[in-house]
Amino acid sequence: MGDNRPMLSAEETTIVLLSLKVAAASVVVSLPPAALAALVLARARFPGKTLFDALIHLPLVLPPVVIGYFLLLGFGRKGPFGAFFEQVFGLTFAFRWTGAALAAGIMGFPLMVRAIRLAIEAIDPRLESAARTLGAGPWRVLASVTLPLALPGIVMGSLLAFARSLGEFGATITFVSNIPGETQTLPLAIYNFTQTPGGDAAVLKLCAVSVLLSLAALAASEWLNRRSRGVAAGRGLM
Amino acid sequence: MKLEVSIRRRLGATNLNVDFAAEAPVVGLFGRSGSGKSSVVNAIAGLLEPDAGRIAIDGEVLFDAAAGINLPPEKRRVGYVFQDALLFPHLSVRRNLLYGAPGTAMRIGFDAVVGLLGIENLLERSPAALSGGERQRVAIGRALLSQPRLLLMDEPLASLDNQRRLEVLRYVEALRNELRQPVVYVSHAVGEITRLADHVVLMNEGGVLAHGSVHEIFNRPDLRPYTGRYEGGALIEAEAVAHDHAYFLTRFRFSGGELVAPGLDTPLGTRVRIRIRSRDVSLATERPAGISIRNVLEGVVSGVSDGGGAIIEAQVRLGQEEVPARISRQARDELGVAAGRRVFVLVKAIAFDKRSVGFSA
Repeated sequence: MGDNRPMLSAEETTIVLLSLKVAAASVVVSLPPAALAALVLARARFPGKTLFDALIHLPLVLPPVVIGYFLLLGFGRKGPFGAFFEQVFGLTFAFRWTGAALAAGIMGFPLMVRAIRLAIEAIDPRLESAARTLGAGPWRVLASVTLPLALPGIVMGSLLAFARSLGEFGATITFVSNIPGETQTLPLAIYNFTQTPGGDAAVLKLCAVSVLLSLAALAASEWLNRRSRGVAAGRGLM
Repeated sequence: MKLEVSIRRRLGATNLNVDFAAEAPVVGLFGRSGSGKSSVVNAIAGLLEPDAGRIAIDGEVLFDAAAGINLPPEKRRVGYVFQDALLFPHLSVRRNLLYGAPGTAMRIGFDAVVGLLGIENLLERSPAALSGGERQRVAIGRALLSQPRLLLMDEPLASLDNQRRLEVLRYVEALRNELRQPVVYVSHAVGEITRLADHVVLMNEGGVLAHGSVHEIFNRPDLRPYTGRYEGGALIEAEAVAHDHAYFLTRFRFSGGELVAPGLDTPLGTRVRIRIRSRDVSLATERPAGISIRNVLEGVVSGVSDGGGAIIEAQVRLGQEEVPARISRQARDELGVAAGRRVFVLVKAIAFDKRSVGFSA
């Protein structure tokens, strides 16, 4: 690599940055509802819980195109939710990067809920009882005992959802199309270049970036996993 | 501290049906495992909601099904020490201790608790780096610092080895004697209950079999099947009157004479409860000579209960106290042990271990 040409062209950089932005936004927006859903699934008992559980897992088993089409119906300009968000918050999803983030967030949602739920279920509920007898109300128990102890699961779930978002294709292309600079994330761009004569070099480069990002996410989750086990063994304190 | 508990609750196969009122510094809940002791303390703490009944401390109602009162656990000011300490694993010992501390108006101060429990050197450690006994001491400190009007202790020594048990037991005595902390102490171990409790609630199969002073409950022959055949015996109130520094022995005086027990840990003048297990008691019709047994006390047989087996039990009156002796039927017939007979009660000094001599409040 003796020459001074940048590794990625301006167009390719835009694609990578947009992908990271979409993935990050999808994680940030889906984290609170995912934590809530995980808490409900781990701790609450109510009729219809199985159905609720199944609904949350739908994106994992449905063809992504179906999710994308549902989003188009619900969150398009004319869709009931789309119209509501546009009027009340001035937020448009259709054919915008925000729509790509929404699609990615929904596809990653079950993974995130699963990781957080497992972490919450691993917490001894008597620790929460002990906190109550020490004078802490339910909200303080949640903030000072449950969530901190579930933190490794929350981080793992976020990383999983982040990685899943980077690879999201079907729901995104169905819902917000493939618009360069607005909704064209890494997988969509790779797909585009494979359809373009002479696009092989770009495809290879973007594939390499995908591999690197995925490896980084895996390495980060492995590192966090080991670190949280270290905390459990008393080697470190938060 | 006055504690009133009158609760009913369906619990799987057994029903909890508990009624007692106790006015004592330390109330002992005693019974076999599965007798419902833990359910009672959980109900007092607010972690288990009874189907019906009422719970009050010093007249303040915590639970009253008829009146629709059910204070949540955090409003009850009732501390809880669990069998396995349940320290928060993500917080240091110091932050565990301070978790429930109100910060102002502390009747029981941080330094006092830390000093009393001997945990000064553990404050910056993680709970995972503590031994079982240390963990339990921190758990006691954490509960105390939440300034509870009542401290519940559910088998706090059960998960510890013998050495640690004695260590933690001393601290529990200290919080009773020095901090005057009202306690409900749950255990299935006779030694812990007789050493710590003033009022005993004897539980069996979800109900209260009897309750009363520790002296009354553990000296009632009809409760012997529940207070322990093997561990059963007499509980005697005595006072330390002399130390023998050459032989490391302490003499205790009670209404029926003097007892010698090993060790010098009891300061002179201290009132103690001494437990004599009936299986450690031998009888003789004449004062024996040339014998290693240190405790030879003269008394009168007040009754003999014969269950029909190889072993019978004779009650011997020593001053104000009744001491049961488990002897073989053959020995009874050879010696002619019967009500009214003068006998000598023999107990080896070594029969009094550290867990059978406890300071009474």
